[in-house]
Amino acid sequence: MPEISLTSAPAHIRHGSNIGQPLTRRDGISKVKGQAAYAADHHPSRMLFAVIAVSSIARGRVAALDVAAARSHKGVVDVMTSQHKPELAIDPDIKTNPFVFRMEVLQSDEIRYANQPIAVVIAETLEAATEGAALLAPRYEALSPRVGLDAGETFAPPVVGVGNPAQVQHGDIDAGLASAAKRIEATYETPPQYHNAMEPHAIVASWDGDTLSIDTPSQAMVMARARVAELFGLAPEKILIRSPFLGGGFGSKGFLTGPQILGVMAAKLVGRPVKLVLRREQMYGPVGHRAPTRQRLRMGVDADGRLTAIDHHAKTVSSSYDDFYEPAADASHTLYSSPAIRTTHEAARVDTGTPLFMRAPGEATGSIALESAIDEMALACGMDPLAFRLKNYAEVEPTTGKPFSSKALRACYEQGAARFGWTKRPLAPRQMRDDSGLLVGWGMGTATFPALMFQAEARAVIRRDGTGVMETGAHDMGQGAWTALAQIAADSLGLDVDRVEFRSGTSDLPDAGIAGGSAHTATAGNAIHTAGAAVIAKLADLATRDERSPLFGAGNAGVIARDGRLFRRDDESRGETYADILARADLAEIDARGTGAPNPTAQTDYAMHAHGAVFAEVKVDPELGQIRVSRMVGAFAAGRIINPHLVRSQLLGGMIWGLSFALHEEAITDRRSGRIMNANLGEYHIPVNADVPPMDVLTVEEHDPHVNALGIKGVGEIGITGSAGAVANAVWHATGVRVRRFPIRIEELLTSA
Amino acid sequence: MKPFDYVRPATIAEAVTAAAQPGATYLAAGTNLLDLMKGGVSRPDRLVDVTRLKGLDRIEHLADGSVRIGALVRNADLAHDMAFAKAYPAVAEALLSGASAQLRNAATVGGNLLQRTRCAYFYDPASRCNRREAGSGCDAHGGENRLHAVLGWSEGCIATHPSDFCVPLVALDAIVEIEGRSGRRELPLDELHRLPGAAPERETALEPGDLIVALRLPAVARDFAGHARYLKVRERTSYAFAVVSAAAALRIENGKISDARLALGGVAAKPWRARAAEAALKSVTPDAASFRAAAQAALADAKPSGDNAFKIELARRIVVRALTLAAAGTPARIPALPASPFASGALHA
Ligand SMILES: Cc1cc2nc3c(=O)[nH]c(=O)nc-3n(C[C@H](O)[C@H](O)[C@H](O)COP(=O)(O)OP(=O)(O)OC[C@H]3O[C@@H](n4cnc5c(N)ncnc54)[C@H](O)[C@@H]3O)c2cc1C
Ligand code: SF4
Repeated sequence: MPEISLTSAPAHIRHGSNIGQPLTRRDGISKVKGQAAYAADHHPSRMLFAVIAVSSIARGRVAALDVAAARSHKGVVDVMTSQHKPELAIDPDIKTNPFVFRMEVLQSDEIRYANQPIAVVIAETLEAATEGAALLAPRYEALSPRVGLDAGETFAPPVVGVGNPAQVQHGDIDAGLASAAKRIEATYETPPQYHNAMEPHAIVASWDGDTLSIDTPSQAMVMARARVAELFGLAPEKILIRSPFLGGGFGSKGFLTGPQILGVMAAKLVGRPVKLVLRREQMYGPVGHRAPTRQRLRMGVDADGRLTAIDHHAKTVSSSYDDFYEPAADASHTLYSSPAIRTTHEAARVDTGTPLFMRAPGEATGSIALESAIDEMALACGMDPLAFRLKNYAEVEPTTGKPFSSKALRACYEQGAARFGWTKRPLAPRQMRDDSGLLVGWGMGTATFPALMFQAEARAVIRRDGTGVMETGAHDMGQGAWTALAQIAADSLGLDVDRVEFRSGTSDLPDAGIAGGSAHTATAGNAIHTAGAAVIAKLADLATRDERSPLFGAGNAGVIARDGRLFRRDDESRGETYADILARADLAEIDARGTGAPNPTAQTDYAMHAHGAVFAEVKVDPELGQIRVSRMVGAFAAGRIINPHLVRSQLLGGMIWGLSFALHEEAITDRRSGRIMNANLGEYHIPVNADVPPMDVLTVEEHDPHVNALGIKGVGEIGITGSAGAVANAVWHATGVRVRRFPIRIEELLTSA
Repeated sequence: MKPFDYVRPATIAEAVTAAAQPGATYLAAGTNLLDLMKGGVSRPDRLVDVTRLKGLDRIEHLADGSVRIGALVRNADLAHDMAFAKAYPAVAEALLSGASAQLRNAATVGGNLLQRTRCAYFYDPASRCNRREAGSGCDAHGGENRLHAVLGWSEGCIATHPSDFCVPLVALDAIVEIEGRSGRRELPLDELHRLPGAAPERETALEPGDLIVALRLPAVARDFAGHARYLKVRERTSYAFAVVSAAAALRIENGKISDARLALGGVAAKPWRARAAEAALKSVTPDAASFRAAAQAALADAKPSGDNAFKIELARRIVVRALTLAAAGTPARIPALPASPFASGALHA
């Protein structure tokens, strides 16, 4: 069994609780040494290389491919096209469940977006496959593509995000606006963005009769396995997916993409193992992206600066052939108290690959618009942006009236502002300069992200030598699942983390659910927690029923597990080791299963969200318009922190992403061809080291008894929200120019000199 | 990849012969050429690797006060050569503001001069591009062109030359030494790159087989060392091409500018020497008014080629700032963030 487990790396902290300790990544050393094998590192014998040829038009059909030229190139073994391919068991366009997204796997000659795969060349070497793909020299029948937010016909999508209602109304917006003492209306635009995980989508697929082995990065292995099973007509048990390490995913590896399925098809076609790795520019199309948005916000306040209405309308786009709608306006549901809140969405279909989940989908796009608008509203009231936010603090979730399961946002505001020195901020813009004459501005934003949970399972084992095993097919995208989940496992088993073998990263283990929605630690962690508790209960049962045990008669409730021993709760001198219990019972091991799932009652009764407050300082050259963030402080409350070290990294990464959202990231699409003109990391700008200032991350103590047994809320995405708006607001404060189109460009600040 | 021959000549003469054949191209560090080959933009039949040629990796400070830089000197080595950086600080600053440390460690002087435009349509084989394929058209017109040229462009091509290095070089009258089929010749750098006119595909004055062997800066270029700066506005703090850049070098005597050099980057298909501005600066007091007048003169002929009108105003401001910085005197050390408006590098207020 190709299970992957980690026991080798010594933990730094020995005694006491494992949870809460800042362990460094347990897989760190193997990564640094190059021993951690990512999907594309695999090279089974007789393996061939597959390279996809992609469309350069965004709409139309492939009229001709020079397959003969490609085939005759030395080293080319086969060319898979819509005419020549293994048949799938079902039409991939059929939505067998809501989490199936359509993909392009050579089912026809139709072209639905630029960079769509139109053929796969399979060869003995990567070079031969690459040149073979170039030799295909496609001819097209092209139709004029629909590009951008203003193309196509506008319609109201049925739902946005994952089944959220596209329209939500609470209170009377018109009345709220009409009664307002002051109002603002502003429209913000966010561009298309691409995940650009460092590791490209890659697959190594090997068929052995009707069994299939796959190495590919996945944020949801069991879902991926089900998809492969239905497409190829296999029983899921016949498929093994290994995904122990991902070089980032950010949502783009949540669902198997067309190119990954093409790798499996190619292996089937040639009857040999095949490796298919996307090139960077090929990641701008078939693997999802964040759709552009245009958001109109209208707000009103009464004479005291209390909001009377928030009206958030978002326009976005989806592809011509599938539905995913960036739920941007939903960001206004939870943060600010208002008697009237309305969120609405509209969309158009354009000729792109289907936009999908990208780190904080909806929250990121919505947050930058909402936080900018809140700042504009505060200005209209002549109020400090923090005072304004506090005045409109939501004590209950505004749109539902539910109490929050916990909400330490006030403490986030206080601690973040204190660390930043916010009270010294002049109200008016363009008041501060540094020694060299650069404009200095301070801005803030509120961060929020729902505390979600999905479904997960885990299996716990205690072995006769007193060590433990925990199994769950979790996904380490670099966030540190190998470490944080092992810490939870160790605590659940009453063992030091070094005494627990944590098995993860393959699809034959208990389903850990998906690594998405910032819910992986909460979901898989709770499955681990219950599995551990269950196996300890079994062990205690063995001991307390056995007359020979010092625990005889203690009763389950009266026993605690620690350091590989069970003790009587009322008398810690009476106890024995796990090993002794199993030896006496003559058992090699004992096991139990556990599940993690949301608690429906708590979900009905409470609104559950993580929160935070982000403060940013920017410097802007007054004449030249170039911007640089010079410091950031983020204070976050996200329930129980399993590993402060990993959490800090997640929050830092999120804050940098927010900075990037405000100032850098944008896919530039040619308005005529629909092709992305900067599909490379040289020109699709993300921050480099010199753009990333010193950052302070504070985690604010928050105890949440309702979200789940462990009190975990999740930290993977929240860092983006609040941060992007804080940077945008700081740019305004530095320059007095309110830029409503992101990323903020130099030319928009040039007018200000 | 398309199969190609790879030859590694032992001598310059062999290199020239090998590269003179149709379909042959010189390969230096390959940081530009290999990207173009992977993207299917360049499909040479033969690469003539010049990196092992002897004697082209030296920086020679000659008796007449000039400096001669071999074509194979690495960008980073040149920028970090103490004597060179002291004598030509704006050139060193420009070098260090380009690309990334890894690229600068690899990239050669010759390759930097001859790097191709970053026009996205040039890089996209599915787009029409007169530069890539003569007479095919220019998709940058009416396309995504906010970073394209505002000076010296033609209907046929609106691309810019992306090099930072070339900007101060052209200001300082650098000379290129070329070995060709008919022997050695010299060319002012200002004449190496061509404006597109009616033949955008003819990017340079080089003939097939022409090898750049060295670059020279005349003795007089040193006289500007006390007042020489390079300034580059870009879309992130580092690792980005210039939106617009400027090299300014002054000689100031008795409170007046006795000689001025000014060139702009990111505005035209070649590093743009602003001679009218230089003339306007001659014998005037180095102050804001004269710098503004010079900026007006430098951009007098500028016109937008697309969504890039802002670059004209930005260029004027950069000229004023670069001249202001130059007049203030070359800093003792190259700033931590070379050529950046955030030169100090310090992040805390
Ligand atoms: C991501 C990225 C960012 C960059 N950012 C910047 C930037 O900010 N500023 C900047 O200025 N540059 C930047 N560059 C460009 C970089 O400076 C060039 O790629 C580099 O200088 C080219 O040098 P090379 O030796 O690798 O040339 P090659 O790639 O080997 O060659 C480039 C061209 O020059 C020809 N050639 C090379 N040497 C000779 C010679 N001696 N005689 C005749 N022909 C020759 C080759 O045939 C080829 O056509 C960037 C590049 C990349 C990839
Ligand atoms: S601007 Fe020049 S390089 Fe760009 S597409 Fe047009 S012709 Fe080609």
